[in-house]
Amino acid sequence: MNSPKTGDSAFKAELTALIPHLRAFARSLCGDATLADDLAQDALLKAWKARDRYEPESNMKAWTFTILRNSFFSEKRRSWRRQSLDPEVAEATLVANDDPQANLELLALRNALARLPDDQREALILVGAGGLSYEEAAGISGCAVGTIKSRVSRARKALIVILESDLTGFNSDSEMRATDVFDDLMRQAQELSTNGTP
Amino acid sequence: MIFFGTAESSLGTMPNSKDGGKEDVRNVRLRRRKIGEQLRAIYDEVASEPVPDEFLRLLEEADRNTTNPDETSS
Repeated sequence: MNSPKTGDSAFKAELTALIPHLRAFARSLCGDATLADDLAQDALLKAWKARDRYEPESNMKAWTFTILRNSFFSEKRRSWRRQSLDPEVAEATLVANDDPQANLELLALRNALARLPDDQREALILVGAGGLSYEEAAGISGCAVGTIKSRVSRARKALIVILESDLTGFNSDSEMRATDVFDDLMRQAQELSTNGTP
Repeated sequence: MIFFGTAESSLGTMPNSKDGGKEDVRNVRLRRRKIGEQLRAIYDEVASEPVPDEFLRLLEEADRNTTNPDETSS
Protein backbone atom coordinates (compact mmCIF):
# COMPACT_ATOMS: atom_id res chain seq x y z
CA MET A 1 0.00 0.00 0.00
CA ASN A 2 1.52 3.33 -0.99
CA SER A 3 0.80 6.58 0.84
CA PRO A 4 -2.60 5.59 2.16
CA LYS A 5 -3.43 9.12 3.27
CA THR A 6 -3.28 10.86 -0.08
CA GLY A 7 -4.63 7.80 -1.86
CA ASP A 8 -7.54 7.70 0.54
CA SER A 9 -8.49 11.34 0.16
CA ALA A 10 -8.41 11.13 -3.63
CA PHE A 11 -10.49 7.98 -3.43
CA LYS A 12 -12.90 9.64 -1.07
CA ALA A 13 -13.34 12.66 -3.30
CA GLU A 14 -14.06 10.49 -6.30
CA LEU A 15 -16.40 8.27 -4.32
CA THR A 16 -18.27 11.29 -2.97
CA ALA A 17 -18.76 12.59 -6.47
CA LEU A 18 -20.34 9.27 -7.40
CA ILE A 19 -23.00 9.32 -4.67
CA PRO A 20 -25.66 10.89 -6.94
CA HIS A 21 -25.08 8.09 -9.45
CA LEU A 22 -25.24 5.41 -6.80
CA ARG A 23 -28.56 6.83 -5.66
CA ALA A 24 -29.92 7.11 -9.18
CA PHE A 25 -28.83 3.61 -10.11
CA ALA A 26 -30.28 2.17 -6.91
CA ARG A 27 -33.56 3.99 -7.40
CA SER A 28 -33.96 2.87 -10.98
CA LEU A 29 -33.08 -0.66 -9.95
CA CYS A 30 -35.45 -1.06 -7.05
CA GLY A 31 -38.00 1.73 -7.41
CA ASP A 32 -38.58 2.35 -3.72
CA ALA A 33 -36.84 5.54 -2.60
CA THR A 34 -36.07 4.45 0.98
CA LEU A 35 -34.83 1.02 0.03
CA ALA A 36 -32.79 2.56 -2.77
CA ASP A 37 -31.01 4.95 -0.42
CA ASP A 38 -30.30 2.11 2.01
CA LEU A 39 -28.83 0.19 -0.88
CA ALA A 40 -26.77 3.17 -2.00
CA GLN A 41 -25.45 3.84 1.50
CA ASP A 42 -24.56 0.21 1.91
CA ALA A 43 -22.67 0.29 -1.39
CA LEU A 44 -20.93 3.49 -0.40
CA LEU A 45 -19.60 1.97 2.82
CA LYS A 46 -18.68 -1.29 1.12
CA ALA A 47 -16.75 0.64 -1.51
CA TRP A 48 -14.95 2.61 1.16
CA LYS A 49 -13.98 -0.53 3.03
CA ALA A 50 -12.80 -2.18 -0.16
CA ARG A 51 -10.80 0.86 -1.33
CA ASP A 52 -7.50 -1.03 -1.13
CA ARG A 53 -8.81 -3.41 -3.75
CA TYR A 54 -9.74 -0.64 -6.15
CA GLU A 55 -7.37 -0.20 -9.05
CA PRO A 56 -6.90 3.52 -9.64
CA GLU A 57 -6.80 3.24 -13.43
CA SER A 58 -10.15 1.49 -13.57
CA ASN A 59 -13.59 2.99 -13.79
CA MET A 60 -14.80 3.77 -10.29
CA LYS A 61 -18.37 4.28 -11.37
CA ALA A 62 -18.52 0.79 -12.85
CA TRP A 63 -16.74 -0.57 -9.79
CA THR A 64 -19.21 0.95 -7.31
CA PHE A 65 -22.16 -0.06 -9.49
CA THR A 66 -20.90 -3.63 -9.34
CA ILE A 67 -20.84 -3.48 -5.56
CA LEU A 68 -24.32 -2.01 -5.46
CA ARG A 69 -25.96 -4.45 -7.84
CA ASN A 70 -24.29 -7.43 -6.21
CA SER A 71 -25.73 -6.54 -2.84
CA PHE A 72 -29.09 -5.78 -4.44
CA PHE A 73 -29.24 -9.20 -6.05
CA SER A 74 -27.88 -11.14 -3.11
CA GLU A 75 -30.36 -9.36 -0.86
CA LYS A 76 -33.10 -10.25 -3.26
CA ARG A 77 -32.01 -13.84 -3.45
CA ARG A 78 -32.02 -14.05 0.32
CA SER A 79 -35.40 -12.52 0.73
CA TRP A 80 -38.47 -14.55 0.03
CA ARG A 81 -40.10 -11.97 -2.20
CA ARG A 82 -38.64 -12.75 -5.55
CA GLN A 83 -41.30 -11.14 -7.62
CA SER A 84 -40.75 -7.81 -9.29
CA LEU A 85 -41.62 -4.52 -7.71
CA ASP A 86 -45.09 -3.54 -6.79
CA PRO A 87 -46.09 -0.83 -9.27
CA GLU A 88 -47.66 1.16 -6.42
CA VAL A 89 -44.22 1.65 -4.95
CA ALA A 90 -43.09 3.33 -8.12
CA GLU A 91 -46.13 5.56 -8.00
CA ALA A 92 -45.28 6.72 -4.52
CA THR A 93 -41.77 7.75 -5.47
CA LEU A 94 -42.70 9.85 -8.46
CA VAL A 95 -41.29 13.30 -8.08
CA ALA A 96 -43.61 16.08 -9.10
CA ASN A 97 -42.97 17.76 -12.40
CA ASP A 98 -44.74 20.83 -13.77
CA ASP A 99 -45.89 19.02 -16.88
CA PRO A 100 -48.76 16.68 -15.93
CA GLN A 101 -48.59 14.81 -19.22
CA ALA A 102 -44.86 14.17 -18.83
CA ASN A 103 -45.54 13.12 -15.26
CA LEU A 104 -48.07 10.55 -16.38
CA GLU A 105 -45.70 9.24 -19.00
CA LEU A 106 -42.83 8.92 -16.56
CA LEU A 107 -45.12 7.19 -14.11
CA ALA A 108 -46.21 4.75 -16.80
CA LEU A 109 -42.58 4.10 -17.67
CA ARG A 110 -41.62 3.54 -14.04
CA ASN A 111 -44.41 1.05 -13.67
CA ALA A 112 -43.44 -0.68 -16.87
CA LEU A 113 -39.82 -0.74 -15.73
CA ALA A 114 -40.86 -2.36 -12.45
CA ARG A 115 -42.53 -5.14 -14.41
CA LEU A 116 -39.40 -6.08 -16.33
CA PRO A 117 -37.31 -9.05 -15.24
CA ASP A 118 -34.46 -7.87 -12.99
CA ASP A 119 -31.67 -8.67 -15.42
CA GLN A 120 -33.35 -6.81 -18.27
CA ARG A 121 -34.13 -3.79 -16.12
CA GLU A 122 -30.56 -3.67 -14.90
CA ALA A 123 -29.09 -3.86 -18.39
CA LEU A 124 -31.41 -1.20 -19.71
CA ILE A 125 -30.67 1.20 -16.83
CA LEU A 126 -26.92 0.77 -17.08
CA VAL A 127 -26.77 1.29 -20.82
CA GLY A 128 -29.84 3.45 -21.39
CA ALA A 129 -29.63 5.80 -18.42
CA GLY A 130 -26.39 5.28 -16.51
CA GLY A 131 -24.22 6.07 -19.49
CA LEU A 132 -22.19 2.88 -19.32
CA SER A 133 -20.92 1.06 -22.36
CA TYR A 134 -22.09 -2.44 -23.20
CA GLU A 135 -18.67 -3.67 -22.14
CA GLU A 136 -18.83 -1.90 -18.79
CA ALA A 137 -22.38 -3.10 -18.23
CA ALA A 138 -21.28 -6.66 -18.99
CA GLY A 139 -18.47 -6.32 -16.46
CA ILE A 140 -20.88 -4.99 -13.85
CA SER A 141 -23.47 -7.70 -14.41
CA GLY A 142 -20.88 -10.43 -14.76
CA CYS A 143 -22.03 -11.66 -18.12
CA ALA A 144 -21.04 -11.55 -21.79
CA VAL A 145 -21.40 -8.39 -23.87
CA GLY A 146 -23.79 -10.23 -26.17
CA THR A 147 -25.98 -11.10 -23.22
CA ILE A 148 -26.19 -7.46 -22.21
CA LYS A 149 -27.07 -6.46 -25.75
CA SER A 150 -29.84 -8.99 -25.96
CA ARG A 151 -31.16 -8.02 -22.52
CA VAL A 152 -31.26 -4.36 -23.48
CA SER A 153 -33.01 -5.18 -26.70
CA ARG A 154 -35.56 -7.42 -25.02
CA ALA A 155 -36.12 -4.86 -22.30
CA ARG A 156 -36.84 -2.12 -24.84
CA LYS A 157 -39.29 -4.31 -26.70
CA ALA A 158 -40.99 -5.41 -23.52
CA LEU A 159 -41.31 -1.82 -22.31
CA ILE A 160 -42.96 -0.76 -25.53
CA VAL A 161 -45.36 -3.66 -25.34
CA ILE A 162 -46.20 -2.93 -21.70
CA LEU A 163 -46.67 0.79 -22.34
CA GLU A 164 -48.79 -0.01 -25.38
CA SER A 165 -51.02 -2.35 -23.45
CA ASP A 166 -51.34 0.20 -20.66
CA LEU A 167 -52.53 2.68 -23.23
CA THR A 168 -55.02 0.15 -24.50
CA GLY A 169 -56.23 -0.18 -20.96
CA PHE A 170 -56.74 3.56 -20.66
CA ASN A 171 -58.42 4.47 -23.91
CA SER A 172 -58.04 1.53 -26.34
CA ASP A 173 -55.98 3.80 -28.53
CA SER A 174 -53.95 1.12 -30.26
CA GLU A 175 -57.05 -0.90 -31.00
CA MET A 176 -58.65 2.09 -32.66
CA ARG A 177 -55.59 2.62 -34.70
CA ALA A 178 -55.56 -0.98 -35.80
CA THR A 179 -59.19 -0.71 -36.88
CA ASP A 180 -58.50 2.48 -38.77
CA VAL A 181 -55.71 0.84 -40.67
CA PHE A 182 -57.91 -2.12 -41.43
CA ASP A 183 -60.73 0.10 -42.66
CA ASP A 184 -58.31 1.98 -44.82
CA LEU A 185 -57.03 -1.23 -46.36
CA MET A 186 -60.59 -2.37 -47.03
CA ARG A 187 -61.42 0.93 -48.67
CA GLN A 188 -58.40 0.71 -50.89
CA ALA A 189 -59.28 -2.83 -51.84
CA GLN A 190 -62.81 -1.72 -52.57
CA GLU A 191 -61.60 1.09 -54.81
CA LEU A 192 -59.26 -1.20 -56.66
CA SER A 193 -61.99 -3.71 -57.35
CA THR A 194 -64.65 -1.17 -58.37
CA ASN A 195 -62.42 0.97 -60.53
CA GLY A 196 -60.93 -2.10 -62.07
CA THR A 197 -59.05 -1.20 -65.22
CA PRO A 198 -58.54 2.47 -66.00
CA MET B 1 -27.74 -18.66 -24.36
CA ILE B 2 -30.84 -17.87 -26.34
CA PHE B 3 -30.98 -14.95 -28.68
CA PHE B 4 -34.33 -13.55 -29.53
CA GLY B 5 -32.94 -11.41 -32.31
CA THR B 6 -31.67 -7.89 -32.01
CA ALA B 7 -33.82 -4.85 -31.51
CA GLU B 8 -32.80 -3.44 -34.85
CA SER B 9 -33.72 -6.42 -36.94
CA SER B 10 -36.88 -7.89 -35.50
CA LEU B 11 -39.80 -5.71 -34.69
CA GLY B 12 -42.16 -8.57 -35.29
CA THR B 13 -43.37 -8.78 -31.73
CA MET B 14 -44.79 -5.29 -31.84
CA PRO B 15 -48.54 -4.99 -31.89
CA ASN B 16 -49.89 -3.61 -35.16
CA SER B 17 -46.56 -4.06 -36.88
CA LYS B 18 -48.19 -6.02 -39.68
CA ASP B 19 -50.51 -3.24 -40.73
CA GLY B 20 -48.17 -0.30 -40.71
CA GLY B 21 -44.98 -1.31 -42.49
CA LYS B 22 -42.53 1.55 -42.73
CA GLU B 23 -44.78 3.84 -40.76
CA ASP B 24 -44.71 1.42 -37.86
CA VAL B 25 -40.97 0.96 -37.99
CA ARG B 26 -40.62 4.69 -37.69
CA ASN B 27 -43.11 4.80 -34.84
CA VAL B 28 -41.22 2.11 -33.01
CA ARG B 29 -38.00 4.04 -33.48
CA LEU B 30 -39.57 7.23 -32.21
CA ARG B 31 -41.07 5.46 -29.25
CA ARG B 32 -37.77 3.82 -28.46
CA ARG B 33 -36.01 7.16 -28.57
CA LYS B 34 -38.65 8.64 -26.32
CA ILE B 35 -38.27 5.80 -23.85
CA GLY B 36 -34.54 6.41 -23.85
CA GLU B 37 -35.07 10.07 -23.03
CA GLN B 38 -37.54 9.22 -20.30
CA LEU B 39 -35.23 6.62 -18.80
CA ARG B 40 -32.50 9.22 -18.57
CA ALA B 41 -35.01 11.65 -17.09
CA ILE B 42 -35.89 9.16 -14.35
CA TYR B 43 -32.22 8.56 -13.64
CA ASP B 44 -31.19 12.22 -13.82
CA GLU B 45 -34.05 13.25 -11.62
CA VAL B 46 -32.44 11.37 -8.74
CA ALA B 47 -28.87 12.06 -9.79
CA SER B 48 -29.49 15.80 -9.73
CA GLU B 49 -31.04 15.80 -6.26
CA PRO B 50 -28.79 17.22 -3.57
CA VAL B 51 -27.02 14.39 -1.76
CA PRO B 52 -28.70 13.73 1.59
CA ASP B 53 -26.44 14.63 4.52
CA GLU B 54 -26.61 11.11 5.80
CA PHE B 55 -24.44 9.87 2.95
CA LEU B 56 -21.70 12.37 3.61
CA ARG B 57 -21.91 11.78 7.33
CA LEU B 58 -21.57 8.02 6.89
CA LEU B 59 -18.54 8.43 4.71
CA GLU B 60 -16.94 10.96 7.06
CA GLU B 61 -17.52 8.62 9.96
CA ALA B 62 -16.05 5.67 8.13
CA ASP B 63 -13.06 7.79 7.15
CA ARG B 64 -12.50 9.03 10.70
CA ASN B 65 -12.70 5.51 12.05
CA THR B 66 -10.07 4.29 9.64
CA THR B 67 -7.76 7.27 10.05
CA ASN B 68 -7.93 7.37 13.84
CA PRO B 69 -9.02 3.89 14.85
CA ASP B 70 -8.50 4.67 18.56
CA GLU B 71 -10.71 7.70 18.66
CA THR B 72 -14.30 6.65 18.85
CA SER B 73 -16.48 9.39 17.48
CA SER B 74 -20.03 9.88 18.55
